[in-house]
Amino acid sequence: MMSIVPILWWIPALPVLAAGLIALLRQRQRALAQTLAIGAMGASLLLSLVAFLHVWANVRRAMPTLEIVNFNWLQIGDTWLRLGWMLDPLSALMLVMVSLVSLLVFLYSTGYMEHDENATRFFCFLALFAGAMLGVVIANSLLLLFLCWELVGVTSYFLIGFWYAKPSAAAAAKKAFIVTRIGDLGLFLGMVWLQTRTGTLLFYDHGAGCMEHAALARLSVAAAASIAVLIFCGAAGKSGQFPLHVWLPDAMEGPTPVSALIHAATMVAAGVFLVARVYPLMSVHPVNLLHSSAMPPTLALQVITWVGAATAIIAAAIAVAQNDIKRILAYSTISQLGYMMLGLGVGGVVVGIFHLLTHAFFKALLFLGAGSVIHGCDGEQDIRRMGGLSKAMPVTFATYAAGMLALCGFPLVFSGFWSKDAILHAAHLWSLSQIPFWLGSAGALLTAFYMTRQVCYVFAGAYRGALDKSAVGHGAPPAAGPHESPAVMTLPLIVLAIFAIALGWLGTPAWEWLQSFLQGQPAELHWAALASAGLLGTMLLSSTLVFAGLGLGWWLYGRRPAQHAAAPDVLEQQWPHIFTALGNGFHVDAFYAATVVRPFAAACALSDWLDRCVWSGAVRAVAAGTQLLARAEVWTDARVVNAGFDAGCQGVTRGGQFLALLQNGRVQRYLRVLTLALIVLAVVLLWRMRG
Amino acid sequence: MISPATNLFPWLTLLTLLPAVGALALACMPARKPTLARMVALWIALGELMLVLLLLQHFDRASSALQFVERRAWIPALGVEYFVGVDGLGILMLLLTAMIVPMGILASKKIAERARLYFVLLLLLESCLIGAFTALNFFHWFLYWEASLLPAFFLIRLWGGRARAAAAMQFLVYSMAGSIALLLAFLAIFAGTGKFDFLSLAALAQRGELMPAVIQTLGWHGCTPQHIALALFVGALAGFAVKVPMLPLHTWLPDAYTEAPTGTTVVLTGAMSKLGLYGLLRILLPIFGAEMQAARTWLLWLAVATIVFPACTALVQRDLKRIFAYSSINHLGYCLLGIFAVLPTLATQSAPVVERQAALQGVLLQMFNHGLTAAALFWFVALLEERSGGLRALEDFGGLRKPMPIFAGLMGIAIFASMGLPGLNGFVSEFLIFQGSVPLAPWQATIALLGLLATAIFFLGMVQRVFAGPLNPRWVAMPDLALQEWLILAPAIALLVLLGVYPQWVMSIFNATAVHMVQPLHF
Repeated sequence: MMSIVPILWWIPALPVLAAGLIALLRQRQRALAQTLAIGAMGASLLLSLVAFLHVWANVRRAMPTLEIVNFNWLQIGDTWLRLGWMLDPLSALMLVMVSLVSLLVFLYSTGYMEHDENATRFFCFLALFAGAMLGVVIANSLLLLFLCWELVGVTSYFLIGFWYAKPSAAAAAKKAFIVTRIGDLGLFLGMVWLQTRTGTLLFYDHGAGCMEHAALARLSVAAAASIAVLIFCGAAGKSGQFPLHVWLPDAMEGPTPVSALIHAATMVAAGVFLVARVYPLMSVHPVNLLHSSAMPPTLALQVITWVGAATAIIAAAIAVAQNDIKRILAYSTISQLGYMMLGLGVGGVVVGIFHLLTHAFFKALLFLGAGSVIHGCDGEQDIRRMGGLSKAMPVTFATYAAGMLALCGFPLVFSGFWSKDAILHAAHLWSLSQIPFWLGSAGALLTAFYMTRQVCYVFAGAYRGALDKSAVGHGAPPAAGPHESPAVMTLPLIVLAIFAIALGWLGTPAWEWLQSFLQGQPAELHWAALASAGLLGTMLLSSTLVFAGLGLGWWLYGRRPAQHAAAPDVLEQQWPHIFTALGNGFHVDAFYAATVVRPFAAACALSDWLDRCVWSGAVRAVAAGTQLLARAEVWTDARVVNAGFDAGCQGVTRGGQFLALLQNGRVQRYLRVLTLALIVLAVVLLWRMRG
Repeated sequence: MISPATNLFPWLTLLTLLPAVGALALACMPARKPTLARMVALWIALGELMLVLLLLQHFDRASSALQFVERRAWIPALGVEYFVGVDGLGILMLLLTAMIVPMGILASKKIAERARLYFVLLLLLESCLIGAFTALNFFHWFLYWEASLLPAFFLIRLWGGRARAAAAMQFLVYSMAGSIALLLAFLAIFAGTGKFDFLSLAALAQRGELMPAVIQTLGWHGCTPQHIALALFVGALAGFAVKVPMLPLHTWLPDAYTEAPTGTTVVLTGAMSKLGLYGLLRILLPIFGAEMQAARTWLLWLAVATIVFPACTALVQRDLKRIFAYSSINHLGYCLLGIFAVLPTLATQSAPVVERQAALQGVLLQMFNHGLTAAALFWFVALLEERSGGLRALEDFGGLRKPMPIFAGLMGIAIFASMGLPGLNGFVSEFLIFQGSVPLAPWQATIALLGLLATAIFFLGMVQRVFAGPLNPRWVAMPDLALQEWLILAPAIALLVLLGVYPQWVMSIFNATAVHMVQPLHF
């Protein structure tokens, strides 16, 4: 049987090819574009499943699970820079997740983008995104990963700014690209440094890769920590970690399927994936500690833990005071990404990736549900102008509720419970500090609270939107009000809802299938593990917190739903200042505007001034000096040399003229002069004689 | 290092002469129609490109030796020979020039007045460039170097924008000033050594005999040998620094690029701007290696300034051509960084040779990439100017993606290539330059990274203001690319993608040369 690994590159190549073909289509060939994109994605999903089964077979047969293919890319002197792809349990899981969610979102988009005249372009970008994201997943080289990583970023740029005629969308797209690029510069520097120190960027290369022991042993602890933190900068930018999270809420300007696929399920998780991929580097320990039993977490992992915990709690707090259905979910995504980072920091790859996978499904579900709500309310996004939608949109409501309970971590049934609990449990066991654990627990309470608030606003009570709004654009009768979305949109919701519930059962403490799969071991059933004291404690605590959050949310918002759209929020009445600060996301944007944007603009203006005044000024000064010299020379020529010469000439002329008088041939004048001279002579002589 | 078998057929002379002869023929043509002149010029330039491609076919990529060498005595008493030949660097520049000139001709569609003369000058410029990229004796190299200024001057002066007179004059005088410094330096060297050809001078310099010989003849009262060596070096550097340009000698460039007719700007930025870098690599690095090494830190900081400041300045420009002009300076700044970083010092002594090779190969690739990308960008500006009646300020546009999606898409690719997006050509060269420079000059390279950020900011700001936002009602009927334009542009854009995915195609041309250039730089 032919192995899947040599042809693994087709998985990302198919959507990219589809994107290339769609780019050549015309706007009205929408059906063909959709077919191409969905067909390519379906084929990728099939190949991904084959790859997954291949890895699973290896796991069960206890064979090595890492398979790589490397190839030459370009030649530097006598050495070749090599790239490659790899298949291991992590990439196999990610492949299936990314291609499945992508396929569902593609399907959903055919309904959601039905009325958009640029739908062809939309599917082109979506397919390109999916290809690049799949490339990130299978890359066996930090350079190739970076390449796909940036391609993912640029498709995200295009899709956020998809409605480019809207200035806010164009600005949000630019902001997203630039903020993530700030992080990427760190990643770039870390990558170059890593290449310098280890001589390769291949992760695995039969013992010579940069994630393998030989190369890591060559790194000093300080260098490893610095490189790891630099790489984490890139991950933080992409995954919206504090303080680089500011682009993600604005990214909601993109069409909702984009928010679901890119800004919730896959691309933003790429940062988490990157950290997991370079985890061996993140955990490089001093050699003398290698074999001691209690190793303190490395510096890089400490940074990741603290950043993750801070992000989780800050974003959850901000989400409480948002009124845009998508912005709530955006901050929720940031907060959940914080949990994943926290999980990576305290618990390792398995913990973080487990939450990444469950989150991908339930957050995609929530976003697509939100899209269905927005679609049903004719583009309305403000939760204060919704309400009572549970009757009008039953399928959306049921699936949304499943997603919401999964996100809150409703005990035992929903996937979010198991993955979040694994993180909290690991944080509880962290050797350095209990603070991340408590931050994470408080975040869990807030998560349950803000999701209950949102669901109450959207689905409970009575519809608060303006029914008489002239919905001419959609062609619906004005009084129709909210309506359920077509089957092509609800079907993906149902599939995602099933995953949002069931996926957690693959990773319960009793049957850690997912965890052992990631480590390449067969799983075994241990019911007793559930009852271990430490685990039970955290499970009880987090369940209590979830119920507290749900109850509090229901008490404040569900018991007496807001009556009309303009009614102030319950919390706003109590603590208006805090609520406003939260609503503005702690004014981080304003802070950056004052501390980064404005000084940078000033620096640019200064640089322009230097150009115009100093550098050009020097040139102009030289030019002016030369001209001055020339003028002086002209003046000297005219006034000194020429004028002197002229004066001399004139003197000669005048002398000549005078002398000419003596010889001008007029006899009368001669006689007159003669007579005058005689008289003068006579007078003089007489004067003399008398004397 | 010259390949033993000297070529029988004078390929390089033919290449140099072809555009000039074509220009003469064009000048003698009776036709007055601008389109005909353009077509004739285009076919001549395409013929040149074909010849270069043919030459590339016969070029031995595995060898670092000079190939297609012609060497004939000319004025033996003065050490002047007619000596031409190309190595990987030379043929790369030939390829670039031969590719850029047809683009420039195509982008000169707007020229209607005295079109014949315009294209004659453009072809003459190509001849001078090819001559300068193949000459190996200072005497005729300098002739080409100087002669290239004249067609460029007249192209700006006669067909330029509103402030063309001042811009052209500044361009000419600034370049001349640099050239005179260069000439004086080489006359001094000639006085000391009696040699003009680059290879012998480089060999002397590497044996450490060049400066002593010069100082012996120039033993002026009161001047220490160090002063004389420094003065010669600064003079030679000035000539190239103006041409590249290196901060703070760059102020002629934005004016010249902006005022020049856009087709000329394509050639200026695509091909002519490489003269300076070529000179640095071919002449300064081998002959003044020791002096450059002494000034390494200063040079590196100047390179950083050349990267960072123009990128920031571009952000406050309103004119599309000025933005791209500053971006051009920024991109060549990376080349400077790479060249200066490979200079050996005690501190970098332990760095493996592969890093110097990476930096140098990055520099060569960046020269090629920048030529292509910048030429494409200015070409798009030319197309936009044709449609807008000469307008090209940022605030004149807005929302152009709607009426001209294909134009926006293709120009978008060129912009992202210029920004260094992976998958497109610019990334590979910038990655290699940083791959080499970060270990060799950590601080300077790290600060230079800011240039990458600022580049993204001004390019995206430009895209936002020109292509996104509400459509400016003036341009509702702005025509998108016609099929013909599309077909002409597509190969150029495809090349940007191809070089991003498979850079080895071009890198194999100069790999051996870069290895050879690095050797003397290693302790």
